[in-house]
Amino acid sequence: MISLTIPIPKRPTHPTGIWNWLTTIDHKRIGILYGVTAFILFLTGGIEALYMRAQLATPEAEIVSPEVFNQLFTMHGTTMIFLAIMPMGTAFFNYIIPLQIGARDVAFPRLNAFSYWTFLAGAIMLKSSWFLGGAPNAGWFGYAPITGVPYNPGHGIDFWILSLQILGIASLAAAFNFVVTIINMRAPGMSLMRMPLFTWMTFVTSLLLILAFPVITVALIELMFDRFYGANFFVPAAGASPLLWQHLFWIFGHPEVYILILPAMGIISEIIPTFSKKPLFGYPVVVLSGVVIAFMGWMVWSHHMFTVGLGPVANSVFALTTMAIAVPTGVKIFSWMGTMWRGSIHFSTAMLFSVGFVALFIIGGLSGVMHSSAASDAQQQDTYFIVAHLHYVLFGGSIMALLAAVYYWFPKITGRLMSESIGKINFWLTFIAMNLTFFPMHFTGLDGMPRRIYTYGTEMGWDLWNAVASMGAFLLAASILVFMHNVVRSYRKGEISGSDPWDGRTLEWSISSPPPEYNFAEIPVVETRDPFWAQKRDSVATARVGGGSGEGEHDIHMPQPSYWPLVVSIGLLIGGYGLIYNVAVAVVGGAIALIAVYAWSFEPVNEPEEH
Amino acid sequence: MSLFRHHPTRLVRLVPLLLVFIVAGCYPDHPQSTFDSTGPVAQSQLNLFYWIFWAAVFVFVTVQSALLYICLKFRRKPGDPDPEQTHGHNKLEIIWTVLPVILLAIVAVPTVLTIFDNANSPDPDGMHVNVVAHQWWWEFNYPGEDVKTSNELHIPVDEVVNVSLETKDVIHSFWIPKIAGKVDMVPGNSNKMWIKGEEIGIFHGQCAEFCGESHANMRFQVIVESRADFDAWVASEREPAVIPVEPLAKAGLDLFEGDAQCWSCHKVEGSSRSRGTKGPNLTHLSGRQYLGAGIVENSQTNLRNWLTSPNDLKPGNIMYRDAAVYNDPDKALSDSDISALVAYLRSLK
Ligand code: HEC
Ligand SMILES: [Cu+2]
Ligand SMILES: [Cu+2]
Repeated sequence: MISLTIPIPKRPTHPTGIWNWLTTIDHKRIGILYGVTAFILFLTGGIEALYMRAQLATPEAEIVSPEVFNQLFTMHGTTMIFLAIMPMGTAFFNYIIPLQIGARDVAFPRLNAFSYWTFLAGAIMLKSSWFLGGAPNAGWFGYAPITGVPYNPGHGIDFWILSLQILGIASLAAAFNFVVTIINMRAPGMSLMRMPLFTWMTFVTSLLLILAFPVITVALIELMFDRFYGANFFVPAAGASPLLWQHLFWIFGHPEVYILILPAMGIISEIIPTFSKKPLFGYPVVVLSGVVIAFMGWMVWSHHMFTVGLGPVANSVFALTTMAIAVPTGVKIFSWMGTMWRGSIHFSTAMLFSVGFVALFIIGGLSGVMHSSAASDAQQQDTYFIVAHLHYVLFGGSIMALLAAVYYWFPKITGRLMSESIGKINFWLTFIAMNLTFFPMHFTGLDGMPRRIYTYGTEMGWDLWNAVASMGAFLLAASILVFMHNVVRSYRKGEISGSDPWDGRTLEWSISSPPPEYNFAEIPVVETRDPFWAQKRDSVATARVGGGSGEGEHDIHMPQPSYWPLVVSIGLLIGGYGLIYNVAVAVVGGAIALIAVYAWSFEPVNEPEEH
Repeated sequence: MSLFRHHPTRLVRLVPLLLVFIVAGCYPDHPQSTFDSTGPVAQSQLNLFYWIFWAAVFVFVTVQSALLYICLKFRRKPGDPDPEQTHGHNKLEIIWTVLPVILLAIVAVPTVLTIFDNANSPDPDGMHVNVVAHQWWWEFNYPGEDVKTSNELHIPVDEVVNVSLETKDVIHSFWIPKIAGKVDMVPGNSNKMWIKGEEIGIFHGQCAEFCGESHANMRFQVIVESRADFDAWVASEREPAVIPVEPLAKAGLDLFEGDAQCWSCHKVEGSSRSRGTKGPNLTHLSGRQYLGAGIVENSQTNLRNWLTSPNDLKPGNIMYRDAAVYNDPDKALSDSDISALVAYLRSLK
């Protein structure tokens, strides 16, 4: 054995200010970092959308050039999916899951910090392409061969490939972390079928992610080899089939759709029972339908390829499997309605957003069934009808649910309530503007407007509804401003919420708001579903949940902060830029990451402090 | 199976009209509306659409009204006690699993029938057109008629036309909303479809798959005409270009086949020089109604504008990118050059 001792600095003790945030491994702080970062990125994606809606508001407008328009829709899609909705979900996974399962942190706290910093690295990489010679311009699903060097000589696509790879690393690390956390760290007594629905859906989403991301990783590596080293994976002239890309992309891409929507469904399944004062109707069936959706999500990818010429047999099979997914989705919707039935419904803002989710998701679901019919989809594929559908699912679905989640868990995170009156304005404005923006797209789509066109002639008859959609988009932006105002205002001077403002049902409401660093002074013992509700209503006398006296506090050893996750991510970021501009830099980046991983592994732990 | 190929009954037609009205806003002319089909393929797709649409409306109305009812009926009033903590209801859960299955079966059967219906040409030995897509224009070849043209598809009314779809570069998608839903053109993988126009007139098509900078400007026209008109068109297309006698046009020809290097990309039948294939076939350019892949009317002014600065009409187009007259200032066309070229091109009837 070679004995090689490299001195590794000790872990930071009680860092303050910025260092506190840079080295934190507390799941709550990481959750906040995720949330704030993802929201800022959501705003950038929104601005990209507004540029497009301004360009399309009138026929033959010249607000942006066609090339910039192509970059805008590519960046908008990629941003909203990978940099906004996914990490906003992760923000809540981070903050809420350990609290819901009665844990003190996630299974791998440093890996968790690494996920965040790597996500940030990927985001910086992608977004910086705007300032480094042009953003990617081939759409968020980047079909070959238009992503090939002959059609796309600039660096935009390179940024797209590498940032998605970096984001993939972040997502995978987070997903493994949550799977292990949920399997291993549940409080005693919390069997799988006692887990809150949000935890369940996080679990299912993480598994989906672990299975789906490797597929796009492979596809991206192949594309990278094509572009960087002259390989021929997707070069038709060399005999490759560009359909390979489509298959790989959508085998990832369809499960990805569920990665975006299942957490939302989990959120809704927490909020609706709380504000109806009833347990979730048909809990086992709702869990099962989530699992079934995730499973069936692997059997439908070719519905994105109905027009590529797979033949009538393949099209029929994928039409049928796609329709079948409507069944478990319907079950979920009916179960939410069953929960509200005979409930005692309080329409807080969180509840309004949740019910709004249900109403809008029904529309998105129905238009989904419409284009699952491959034959009639030939008229809808690649038109604004699809754009309408996907925004009903992703805005009406995911974003509405995430807004609901903010209103719901804000008091837990900050200790203050958000303003309900501003909240109501926020909800109605969002709800109306969202329909104003996206509903007319059904019309323009059926009226023959293809997606991804930067201009159209007035003779096409699309002026009116495009104008309406654009007005809606700016109204939607206003509603987001109202939301931001409410968050900032409530953070500063919102009403103090106490630990359980909503008469909650799950464990996170049993501890103080904001929760102490160690979450639970005493790990709760769970004997039923909705344990906190049961304890409050005294129906289960023996349930021992709830904030401790603080007695045990001194004996709780929390994992210590660390510099290294951040350093590894910096290494990856440098490596990414290096691959594009200069291999030597890439080697430096790789070396930094490797050294940091080494230091991470052997980082000494500080002695527990004396009190 | 022709379950979905009949024309719908009156009543079913009335509702579409209403829908068309909503969709249309207040404008009269909707050249790419999918509600106004004039061919059996688009018609079967539209009928299927209505079938599913009504099923969807039914679900929408029932579920949304139930949701609304629940929201109004079960609002919390001050002093309400905790509701009963019911956990589920087996019978209900089975019902709302089975009902959607039935509803989906109603949608699934006609879907599969229509998929197979539209996949197979009813007359595979009929006329044949080979469409080749390029960034950002179309080539139409009629092997049986020995005609090659661009950007304007002529077909005889009421006849099945078998179309094969290819691309020279990236993926495009061939779509004539009033005649047939789209089919993609994938490199290295030729696709087939069939179309039939049942009404005489000009119909509009557009590339539906994102294909780069001028994707929005990749359009085309379909001229559905009587068999006699079609035959006359074929006959005139087969004629080689007439060599102009008028001096300005003659000067244009010289430029075209000389310094301006138009010949290197464009084909003009009858000329031994102009054999290029990078751009559209221009043999009978002036017989076409539109210019630049269906984006502007084929008028003298528009042609002039096109030759003066193609990039203004169609950003990024390959002619502007690659032709020496546009990217080499020394070779730029003078005003009089352009007048000569316009005169020549206008003579290509
Ligand atoms: C580098 C190859 C190239 C050269 C050289 C070139 N063209 Fe073109 N031309 C094209 C391409 C490609 C198009 C199709 C552009 C599009 O619609 O995107 C085109 C389109 C046209 C059209 C419109 C055709 C239609 O069906 O609407 C005309 C007219 C035309 N060119 C004339 C000329 C003339 C005149 C010259 C010589 C000054 C010339 N071209 C030189 C490639 C070229
Ligand atoms: Cu899908
Ligand atoms: Cu296109």
